[in-house]
Amino acid sequence: MKRTAKDSQTSSRSLTRRALMLGGAQAAVVAVLGMRMRYLQLEQADQFKLLAEENRINIRLIPPARGQIFDRNGVVIAENVPSYRINMVREDAGGDVDLVLRRLSALVPIPPEQLERASADLKRLRGDTPVTVADRVSWEDISKVAVNAPALPGVTPEVGLSRHYPRGADFAHVVGRVGPVSDYDLERIEDPDPLLRIPRFQIGKVGVEAEVEELLRGKAGTKRVEVNASGRVMRELDRREGKAGANVQLTVDHRLQDYVQARLGEQSAAAIVLDCDSGDILAIASAPSYDPNLFVNGISVADYRALTDNPYRPLVPKSVQGLYPPGSTFKMVTALAALEAGIITPEDTVYCPGHLEVSGRKFHCWKRAGHGSVDLMNSLAESCDVYYYDLALKIGIDAISAMAQKLGLGVRHDIPMSSVKAGVTPTRDYKRARFAQDWVVGDTVNASIGQGFVLASPLQLAVMTARLATGRSISPRLIKSIEGVEQPTGRGEQLGLDPSNLAKLRRAMFAVTNNRNGTAYGSRIIEDTFRMAGKTGTSQVRNITEAERRRGVTRNEDLPWERRDHALFVNFAPADAPRIAVSVVIEHGGGGSSAAAPVARDITLQALYGDTPPLAAYPEKDRSRIKAQQDRLQRERQAREDTRDRGRA
Amino acid sequence: MSYLEYTVKYVPTGPRKILYLNWPIALLLLSVGCVGFLMLYSVAGGSLQPWAEPQMKRFAAGFVLMLVIAMVPIWFWRNVAALAYAISVALLFAVELFGEVGMGAQRWIDLGFMRLQPSELAKITLVMLLAAYYDWLPIKKVSHPLWVALPVFFILLPTALVVIQPDLGTSLLLVFAGAAVMFVAGVHWAYFAAVIAAGIGVVVAVFKSRGTSWQLLKDYQYRRIDTFLDPSQDPLNAGYHITQSKIALGSGGWSGKGFMQGTQSRLNFLPEKHTDFIFTTLAEEFGFVGAASLLTLYALIIVFCINTAITNKDRFSALLTIGIAVTFFLFFAVNMLMVMGLAPVVGVPLPLVSYGGSAMLVLLAAFGMMQSAHIHKPR
Repeated sequence: MKRTAKDSQTSSRSLTRRALMLGGAQAAVVAVLGMRMRYLQLEQADQFKLLAEENRINIRLIPPARGQIFDRNGVVIAENVPSYRINMVREDAGGDVDLVLRRLSALVPIPPEQLERASADLKRLRGDTPVTVADRVSWEDISKVAVNAPALPGVTPEVGLSRHYPRGADFAHVVGRVGPVSDYDLERIEDPDPLLRIPRFQIGKVGVEAEVEELLRGKAGTKRVEVNASGRVMRELDRREGKAGANVQLTVDHRLQDYVQARLGEQSAAAIVLDCDSGDILAIASAPSYDPNLFVNGISVADYRALTDNPYRPLVPKSVQGLYPPGSTFKMVTALAALEAGIITPEDTVYCPGHLEVSGRKFHCWKRAGHGSVDLMNSLAESCDVYYYDLALKIGIDAISAMAQKLGLGVRHDIPMSSVKAGVTPTRDYKRARFAQDWVVGDTVNASIGQGFVLASPLQLAVMTARLATGRSISPRLIKSIEGVEQPTGRGEQLGLDPSNLAKLRRAMFAVTNNRNGTAYGSRIIEDTFRMAGKTGTSQVRNITEAERRRGVTRNEDLPWERRDHALFVNFAPADAPRIAVSVVIEHGGGGSSAAAPVARDITLQALYGDTPPLAAYPEKDRSRIKAQQDRLQRERQAREDTRDRGRA
Repeated sequence: MSYLEYTVKYVPTGPRKILYLNWPIALLLLSVGCVGFLMLYSVAGGSLQPWAEPQMKRFAAGFVLMLVIAMVPIWFWRNVAALAYAISVALLFAVELFGEVGMGAQRWIDLGFMRLQPSELAKITLVMLLAAYYDWLPIKKVSHPLWVALPVFFILLPTALVVIQPDLGTSLLLVFAGAAVMFVAGVHWAYFAAVIAAGIGVVVAVFKSRGTSWQLLKDYQYRRIDTFLDPSQDPLNAGYHITQSKIALGSGGWSGKGFMQGTQSRLNFLPEKHTDFIFTTLAEEFGFVGAASLLTLYALIIVFCINTAITNKDRFSALLTIGIAVTFFLFFAVNMLMVMGLAPVVGVPLPLVSYGGSAMLVLLAAFGMMQSAHIHKPR
């Protein structure tokens, strides 16, 4: 093909023109790029710098160490222990996740199903997500992992703090337990601490742990960290330390608590020992109990089911939440109300034929044959019911209720345990409000012996006994000090009761446990300096029909457990200079004198001696039996101590 | 006017050719390559591995390849243009049938020692073929519909094969580069006006077809368009790339955060920080000064290319040079528009800076041909 020179010149000119046009278009695009750079990097730079900082910097909370809880002697009841976890990151595992897992499981015992779950998670989740392969791993196992780190790429041991209760079940009902914060907790708490937003942050769920949660929790610190796009911390920029939670010391003596808990054993029962001087709670036991450590990292469904299905309700602190008709232990209230009102003198007698007829209804004494003629001393010692029916008719329910409240019944004692119950000291208004019925005289008669509407918790019974023993308005104290600062005691002011009336009542209570006709004579203490004064109580949880009375009242042993009588006992000791007040309630335990009084005596002696009491304190014929019992309890406590030591190691 | 038809007065021969190399362009390419090494060293956290060192080796190999190609007379390349085009189309077919799938697209053939992306090759061979075509075609026939239809077919054949891979970015590059060569060759305005009108029609159709049975693009491509139009609607997923890229760029400010001090790239907020988004690292660490400098380097390359093209009396050489310059321009322009949030994320690397073998080798080979055109131009 031949082209003319002109042709080629035109084409060349056209090409140049078009090329320059194209170049112009390109220049325009380059200009746009330059403008855009200017806009982003110069005009908007400050805003983007801020965004880049926000990307980069993350503020993390540093959880404070939770305050520890000690007993009155400084023995640890709740502490923080390092807990070890093994995490794994797929990205860092280098190819074969399963190979690493196999090596890991050869070193550390990991249940196969957990291994499978970890393996599945590692493959499913993003490569940089840490997956927990094993939780609550021992120090030895963690060391093994650390030593073999080169063979275990992507595996990292991690340390955190976890709550531990070295005294196990002994304090489960007192200090309660912590658990991971739940949605329900967050709703319930009005002023949410940012700490609570940390997943699985541990907060107090019940007991002292929950009631003084704010003190124990402390204040969170913060640290600013640089994170990468996947949220992994690259380095720490700075930190502001938080404040550790306050240490709390309880008034409870762990050795006495341990003994009381062991003495109650597997019965459904509660017992309290109060110091008569300060109101300090020396022991506050509820049986059966449970191991709070099970709850700390989440309890298994089976374990939890076992606890909730148990008819003895091991999760409930019966010492403050259990409400029982106080039965005959209430008779001191009725008697004192009458004495203070000046209606009777201790020497006045009432004839007991075995029952009293009030407005057409027969109220029976527990002794069908009757007690004959009884005064204050004998009526209390033998627990005659008719004597108190008679007093009640004379003074009326208002005076009885007022006296009961004065002695600490029907009043909520403010101690930091969960759902402390106020109980009931009935009045006309109470019955009308609660049952929409008018008060009848029969209600007064029932109330006089602590039946009917009257309800009290074991704690209240102990307070009542301490007040009777001292004449002061003793209130219970559970927390001895916070961060070493002593808390006010519950010593209380004088109640303003006539000392001679109190003295006579105490003498009658002394007769209960020391006179041959006393209902608790079998549970007396023969060590003179430690003699106790007390009162038995057997409270019905069912009505006994006329037909059954004619037939003969069914014996407790023949009834199903939940229909048997509650067994109660309250006492103070030493009788002449009271140091402690004790209350014992055995749910559906049968008779107060047979089931509750021996327990109360053993607890009293243990508390007064501060250790296993000598057999000489017991009546001679009981000593061999007591010796066997002491040995058995000693063995049990030793065994528990051993398992604790093993658990700690 | 064809090469053979005018007197070749001073065509250099033998080793003297090296003296006639277009040195400004060679040095500019080398500078851009060095910017690449620096940035790859930085994004690896101050390490030659895993990117900077392989990139240097490849660049060195590519540079040598460029020189070797430059030594070969330009008429040889014109003569093999059709063959080269045929081979690359064949490879595109092959990759469709046997190719490895990566990033949701079939893009490469594993040759053992390297992964060949035939679509990269096609960008250059298409330009070669079109330049040769218009060199051959008499000027008068350039705007004749029949003689326009043929190059359109040449463009659309590889474009279609790339679209079904699917690789939207490369197919757009092919169309634009081809169109640019046709434009410079003197095809009548009206054709371009018609194509632009049709293009608008297609865009409308693409949007209208969404969600219907005849949907034209893949869902992920629609999502990319959505997030391009409004990155804030999905800041953590698809819009993440654009948002983080803009943050990196903008936070660089005037002079940047300093070499290896870019928090956005060092902390992995930037996606694909060693490939498509490497410009953001540069802009973050060296600021407006650094980013504008690189843009200037690129612009200078284009300027020198246009200069040598319009002073070259050989039509094939001129068209080839323009075509290569436009391809190169499209690479960096689309990439920068993309990372600065002015174009959808289409997966176009920053030429000679982004980590990657075949794109760089092909580009340097193309510049080799451009150098050959320069060396062998009629003087």
